[in-house]
Amino acid sequence: MKANKKPGGLTRRQFMAAGAMAGAAWATGCSSKHGSWESLSDDHAQTLAVLCDEIVPADDFPSASQAGVLIYIDHQLARHYRRFRKTYARGLEQTESISESQFRLHLTQASAEQRLDVVHALVQQNPAFFELVRKHTLEGYYGSPRHGGNRDAVSWRMLGVSEPPIRGRAQYDLTNKARS
Amino acid sequence: MKRVNAVIVGAGAAGGIVAKELATAGLSVVLLERGLWYTASDCRKDDLRNQRTTILGNAFGPDDEGNPRVWIDPRGNSHVVAPSEGSYQNNAACVGGGTLSYGAMAWRYMPQDFRMRSTYGAPAGSSLEDWPIGYDDLEPFYEKAEYEIGVSGDPAPNPFQGARRRGLPMPPLPPNREFGILEPAAKRLGLHPFPIPMLRNSVRYNGRGPCMRCRWCVGFACEVDAKNGSQNTVIPTALASGNCELRTQCMVKEILTDERGRARGVAYFDENGRLEEQLSDIVVVSACAIESARLLLNSKSRLFPNGLGNRYDQVGRHLQGHLYTGAVGFFDFETYDDVGPGASIAISDYNHGTPGLCGGGLLANEFIRLPIHTLDRLPPGTPRWGLGHKQAMRDYHRRTIVVMGPTQQIPMATGRATLDPMVKDQWGLPVARLEGNSHPHTTEIGDVQAERAAAWLKEAGAIQTSLMNGRPEIVSSGQHQAGTCRMGNDPKGSVVNRYCQIHDVDNVFVIDGSVHVTNGGFNPVLTIMAIAYMASDALLRNWKGTSYRS
Repeated sequence: MKANKKPGGLTRRQFMAAGAMAGAAWATGCSSKHGSWESLSDDHAQTLAVLCDEIVPADDFPSASQAGVLIYIDHQLARHYRRFRKTYARGLEQTESISESQFRLHLTQASAEQRLDVVHALVQQNPAFFELVRKHTLEGYYGSPRHGGNRDAVSWRMLGVSEPPIRGRAQYDLTNKARS
Repeated sequence: MKRVNAVIVGAGAAGGIVAKELATAGLSVVLLERGLWYTASDCRKDDLRNQRTTILGNAFGPDDEGNPRVWIDPRGNSHVVAPSEGSYQNNAACVGGGTLSYGAMAWRYMPQDFRMRSTYGAPAGSSLEDWPIGYDDLEPFYEKAEYEIGVSGDPAPNPFQGARRRGLPMPPLPPNREFGILEPAAKRLGLHPFPIPMLRNSVRYNGRGPCMRCRWCVGFACEVDAKNGSQNTVIPTALASGNCELRTQCMVKEILTDERGRARGVAYFDENGRLEEQLSDIVVVSACAIESARLLLNSKSRLFPNGLGNRYDQVGRHLQGHLYTGAVGFFDFETYDDVGPGASIAISDYNHGTPGLCGGGLLANEFIRLPIHTLDRLPPGTPRWGLGHKQAMRDYHRRTIVVMGPTQQIPMATGRATLDPMVKDQWGLPVARLEGNSHPHTTEIGDVQAERAAAWLKEAGAIQTSLMNGRPEIVSSGQHQAGTCRMGNDPKGSVVNRYCQIHDVDNVFVIDGSVHVTNGGFNPVLTIMAIAYMASDALLRNWKGTSYRS
């Protein structure tokens, strides 16, 4: 997979720049283009973005939040994961209180080392919540782009699986009319 | 509603075949299906929502809302579970049933698989038994399934199979990269590798084109309709005969019986939730092992207070599927070629004949994986999150081979589907309650199979392997569910006779995996299809025209 460690080509660099800008938008709390989240409060979304980005950090490919994982989780918290809304709210509050008590800082203002410390503390104190976020983050990042994460199939390109998979094959979007 | 000759419950692998056989012979048939009729254009390639990966739900039913089951864990705790959860043991609910979205391996069981008890003796605590029929009885019907539904492959290099009169109608798909890596390794180990037989077009067949070899295969409907199931073969033929009516979104409530104890039809909820009756001369139950047992148990009456066919408390027992074990091999070269269906090569060397083991199972390479499948199949010690995990995904997604297989279950009478006394579904019907666990000997065989898979991968050049031999605390059933309405000659120890006719009621038939006495070390669908052809053949030979009519 060495070829994939250093992605080249103008298209990918352009994409990376777009991803980085999107990431900056998250960090400043300027969330979706609609201005608000379906399920998350803006504060919770900022905290969650930090957690997601510890699970899938940026390197030469985007981080979880840069690839749209928050959109995925927020969307599903209003749908298939409705039952986890309270778990998220409590878990994210707990994450913030760990950050407050350890560093007297909001997690978003903490340094990289401090953020990692907070996540390690969360893993100790509430492993079930961290596992849930881990699972959902990885689903969003490596799952189908149609759900909002894995924007532009970036993780699939990182892994070297092409999209569309067969050259010249017509891909058509059945999102709206498919019943399955 | 007009009385018909036959009402069939469930339009899956078996129900579709029975509908076609009866309708083309001139019987009037109503085929009831609780799900929808999807087509190839309903194939949305969603890695998170399909029949194989149900993170966001099942693509082809049942819905998570309104269709619960109850699972009793080994400590006796009960859990209400939804269809997209593993312990629900789901099979699809739609026209075609599991065959719309399956992987489509087309195995014949081996002659020994029908004589497990006389070959090995029954391990303590098991209900291992022989079938009342043998491989030779089913052979012509295996062939009929292979030609009518359509199987590709090359059985010649497999010396362990039962005798067959004809080869397969289509050649195998060209080998993928994993085949090229695993075949010489198997031969060096003295094994006998061969291409997996598949219910999938490798060339144009039955008026449909060949597989385009995409990544979204097992768990998905086929975009180019190259995967052969009942929904694109026998069911259209049944409808074209003019004698079969298919009604979708119809949930059967119970089989109705008269005061003499014979079935007179079924009561069902139609697509609008209205309770209807469909009267018929015969009733065929083809709802898959768990739901078929549930329907019989829900069909209570004065003469059958414990449910139909359940005079000796046999309905729902011996629930079984397969214990899947194997190994992941990690390589320092690329093994992935992005060519579906991925699963390509198998060995049958370990199905039978190991001293001390009651059977075994096939081993094969796994279907083509999606990135989501690699998340937790990384080398032991890989970080579970962070840059280390991201890097391992890059390092190994294309450098992994999974070899695994279905270990034949040693059945137990305590593996059961019964009715839950409390929980009801959206129609108010008592739901299935699943209990039981794997027999310890099944687990023992599964462990041996996992080691064998790892040895094959190491011979193929894996630099590291990791065993997949977990301990599911549940009797496996899922898509391979079988055994709940056992076929047998003794009415006290079985539910149906060799023609799939309920011992108690001569005009009710159970025709699906429920009747399997044991489930082979193979994916069961071709056997389900062969039994459907065989039972239909017997039913038509004994059909006395109007003599069933009142």
